[in-house]
Amino acid sequence: MSRIHAAFQRAREEGRAAVVPYLTAGYPGPEAYLDTATRLLEFADLMEIGLPYSDPLGDGPTIQRSGEAALRAGVRTADVVELVAALRRRTDKPLLLMTYINPVFAWGPARFFAAFAEAGLDGVILPDLPPDEDPDVVRAAHDAGLATVFLLAPTSTDARIREVVRHTTGFVYTVSVTGVTGARSELPDLAPLVERIRALTDLPVAIGFGVSGAETARQAARVADGVVVGSALIKRLASGEDPAPLLAEIRRAARVE
Amino acid sequence: MHLPEYPLPDERGRFGPYGGRYVPETLMPALEELEAAYRRLRRDPDFLAELDDHLRHYAGRPSPLYFARNLTEAWGGARVYLKREDLNHTGAHKINNTLGQALIAKRMGKRRVIAETGAGQHGVSVATVAALFGLEAVIYMGAEDVRRQELNVFRMELLGAEVRTVTSGTQTLKDATNEAIRDWVTNVETTFYILGSVVGPHPYPMLVRDLQSVIGLEIARQLEEAEGRRTPDAIVAAVGGGSNAIGAFAPFAYLPADKRPRLVGAEAAGEGLESGRHAASIGAGKRGVLHGSYMYLLHDEDGQILPAHSVSAGLDYPGVGPEHSHYADAGVAEYVSVSDDEALAAFQLLSRAEGILPALESAHAVAYAARLAPQMARDEVLVINLSGRGDKDVTEVMRLLGKESR
Repeated sequence: MSRIHAAFQRAREEGRAAVVPYLTAGYPGPEAYLDTATRLLEFADLMEIGLPYSDPLGDGPTIQRSGEAALRAGVRTADVVELVAALRRRTDKPLLLMTYINPVFAWGPARFFAAFAEAGLDGVILPDLPPDEDPDVVRAAHDAGLATVFLLAPTSTDARIREVVRHTTGFVYTVSVTGVTGARSELPDLAPLVERIRALTDLPVAIGFGVSGAETARQAARVADGVVVGSALIKRLASGEDPAPLLAEIRRAARVE
Repeated sequence: MHLPEYPLPDERGRFGPYGGRYVPETLMPALEELEAAYRRLRRDPDFLAELDDHLRHYAGRPSPLYFARNLTEAWGGARVYLKREDLNHTGAHKINNTLGQALIAKRMGKRRVIAETGAGQHGVSVATVAALFGLEAVIYMGAEDVRRQELNVFRMELLGAEVRTVTSGTQTLKDATNEAIRDWVTNVETTFYILGSVVGPHPYPMLVRDLQSVIGLEIARQLEEAEGRRTPDAIVAAVGGGSNAIGAFAPFAYLPADKRPRLVGAEAAGEGLESGRHAASIGAGKRGVLHGSYMYLLHDEDGQILPAHSVSAGLDYPGVGPEHSHYADAGVAEYVSVSDDEALAAFQLLSRAEGILPALESAHAVAYAARLAPQMARDEVLVINLSGRGDKDVTEVMRLLGKESR
């Protein structure tokens, strides 16, 4: 079993949804990033690492600003490879890279995926790659030994769900709302979407976009195998607060009732 | 009227390797829905009649194909014609596309439209058709462009649109487009995105090309009347995203090579290709993905998008449509670079020679034509696609030429 699936299973055995924090790599600086990530790993089952990108069209203002700040600080793709390697030395939990497709093309998929796999990455999340659009890229990730995670949305038809899960080997990342990333105070009823997905795949299903605290985490954990939390953590970081207590709270709330 | 059918894109929305749909999954059903609606409507006689009626009686088509006698004499080569898209309602070719897309939005039952704009031409055009059809319109515009094109912002507001200033990234067209896509991802079920150029995910490059093809189709018809031949020897058009150029080129681009005119796209070289301050995606870019499409693009070795620069806000976009990218590789069209200074000189040249103030975008095409026409024979025909008028650029040109307002 892959490290990713084992992490979901372990969380399930503990009666929880898996907790997946997101941080923008190199934000607010490479050292500070490693410190924060290390603290968050204590409460995380898997970790999502965002590659800073100039034009993140699936992200809301919080993550967008963190990416702009990291780029201004000079964080490059090669630095992110090193940050992954540094994290890998500190943890054996699954590490996933969230990247838009253009940085992958810029290095060439084979070189890009090989560099990150060698650094100890387990999988990639590609928010602007509908997998059927470019199966060669998906194959290149698998050839490098990386799991692939793709997004599904409330607008996804059953035909789209079937197409997307065919290329997915990590987990299914379900977007809670139509929209971009960002903390929200409440989530819509997620059960119908998750049920439709479960009818078409046995992969773990994680819910992201909008999880901001205990209440939304509880709501997501009720129907899904994992919760992804990003903007709420970055917001704390941006205002100089430690995001670890928030993640601890989310982990407590993510009990499956 | 009819909408032309071309051999490309293929059913995956690709022009060779270019194009496609690199978008968040949320948008995939909407793109599929739009493509299906468009494929149905493009053969629907009622829709085509309604579009034709609006193009004639509202936009003012056909736009004249004007024989530029003074330029022809001054350049001493080819017979020079100007395709007068500047005479359309709202002052540019943009209206051809926005009328078509707004009519599609209406037929799809969408009451809210969004758009991105750089120079403001597309934004004004969307605000105009939204007013005409009673649609709610939100226009995204970079803060830098809001500053440069104040008058167009006011114009959009007068027309009843809401202009949202974008302060992220480079604060220009690229970031306005990001923001429009984010809005669309959020409100996809109620909102129609009226994209302004032959960029973005499939089916937009196809849809915008088809709607702009009226330019080239009219050139063929009007040239037959004027010169007794349907195909000119050369067509020159400015290329940012590339919609006016594709509209002029596409009806000729799929002719056999020996029957095809020289098709020349003028990209903005800004302060020079070596300066790094330019918008020449084909001339100095490499392949990549932006705004949902694989194309020639200005980005660094890590794939971070580089800011584009041009004296013309309408050209400073770091990418170019996938069909142009394919034309460039296949040798169907050639792409040249024209600097800010050359464009400014051409702006003044056309104003004095023919009494026509061109948009700074179009001035790039005029500048290249000034190089090309003298090399052509006197019985050859050169068409410059004059995509828009220069009113919007007058204050910027005044500033650049160092004139104080009186």
